[in-house]
Amino acid sequence: MSKPVLATTSLAGCFGCHMSFLDIDERILELIELVEFNKSPIDDIKTFTKQCDIGLIEGGCCNSENIHVLKDFRKNCKILVSVGECAIMGGLPALRNGIPVEECLREAYLDGPTVGLNTEKILPNDDELPMLLDKVYPCHEIVKIDYYLPGCPPTADLIWNALIALITGDELKLPYEVVKFD
Amino acid sequence: MNDKIKIVIDGKEYWTEHGKTILDAAKDNGVFIPSLCHVEGVKTAGSCRICNVKVNGRNMTACSTPVAEGMTIVNNHPELEELRKAIVEVMFVAGNHFCPACEKSGNCELQALGYRFLMLVPRFPYEFPDKGVNAESKYIYHDRNRCILCKRCVRTVMKDDKHVFALNSRGGEHIHIKIDTELASHLTEEEAQAAMDICPVGAILKKERGYYNPIGERKFDKQPIGSEIENK
Repeated sequence: MSKPVLATTSLAGCFGCHMSFLDIDERILELIELVEFNKSPIDDIKTFTKQCDIGLIEGGCCNSENIHVLKDFRKNCKILVSVGECAIMGGLPALRNGIPVEECLREAYLDGPTVGLNTEKILPNDDELPMLLDKVYPCHEIVKIDYYLPGCPPTADLIWNALIALITGDELKLPYEVVKFD
Repeated sequence: MNDKIKIVIDGKEYWTEHGKTILDAAKDNGVFIPSLCHVEGVKTAGSCRICNVKVNGRNMTACSTPVAEGMTIVNNHPELEELRKAIVEVMFVAGNHFCPACEKSGNCELQALGYRFLMLVPRFPYEFPDKGVNAESKYIYHDRNRCILCKRCVRTVMKDDKHVFALNSRGGEHIHIKIDTELASHLTEEEAQAAMDICPVGAILKKERGYYNPIGERKFDKQPIGSEIENK
């Protein structure tokens, strides 16, 4: 039987969940025996080259590119897992949800205390840049998500236990200390 | 007159006294009934509904129902667990509960109930309300977006016999707790800390106190909420 294929991505996240994933330490050698990596920052494969079994999503959706990548993951992965508070509820980027986008941009690029070099007073408007969404959305409000691993970041043990449970089909063990929202 | 009466919780018999509520009687006997609005020794509000139990087959709030001889109470039941979990989830989506960015995280009772009920994600859509923040008083930072309207602060935080917090716009969707900033400015540091401690979530914070206890040493880092009652 071929190995299950794993893909990962970071949307509107800080890569902290990926860092926590790497905190599985030497178990990564075991993981390499168990799964094959496809599109992921870990092996630097940029586009899907085959159908994947498990997709780990870090971060919520704050712009049109996040939506595009997330839908691409849904199309190419049998199981999608929201990893971390940002994927689950928007997280820190969602702190802007009570503030209109225009006000955010004005504060960041025109009126804020650190905009001294922006003498021409322009907002980023290149066609290549993704459009900001009106607010930051949790992943499960955009596509169907199958499982959720909370934490900021989720502990390495939680990510490991969940992956092993998914791969082997064994019941997921969730000790009290492992599930935290911060 | 002998005030001792017998009640049954989850099939087990317990002794308690007339005049107690189900919540307190259960607590005395080492049975944890979760609650967010209840404060021991303070008039009951019955506002959070998390302490719902089945009394002789009917759903009742344990914090506001007095015990009676021979009462049969169901506390540990999948249906009740599901109801309580759903209420916790509603509270999470109705406010801005950014746990990673909240100073109350680790000591928050709402979060602790989320852990206890193993809430991995709320089933309802997030509302991301914008109800305003008040940081005008000297020691208190009041974030209404985190408030769950338990009214603990309304009932307990006093200065010169006046209420520092009050319920505003009752009955409508704009219902909120309002802080009397003038009165709150006269609170001492200790009184402000007590106000923060009485709040089950991070709606009332004491300024310059954030992240006082490191991760791992906070109230609910190692032990679930209620274990102090159950392990007594």
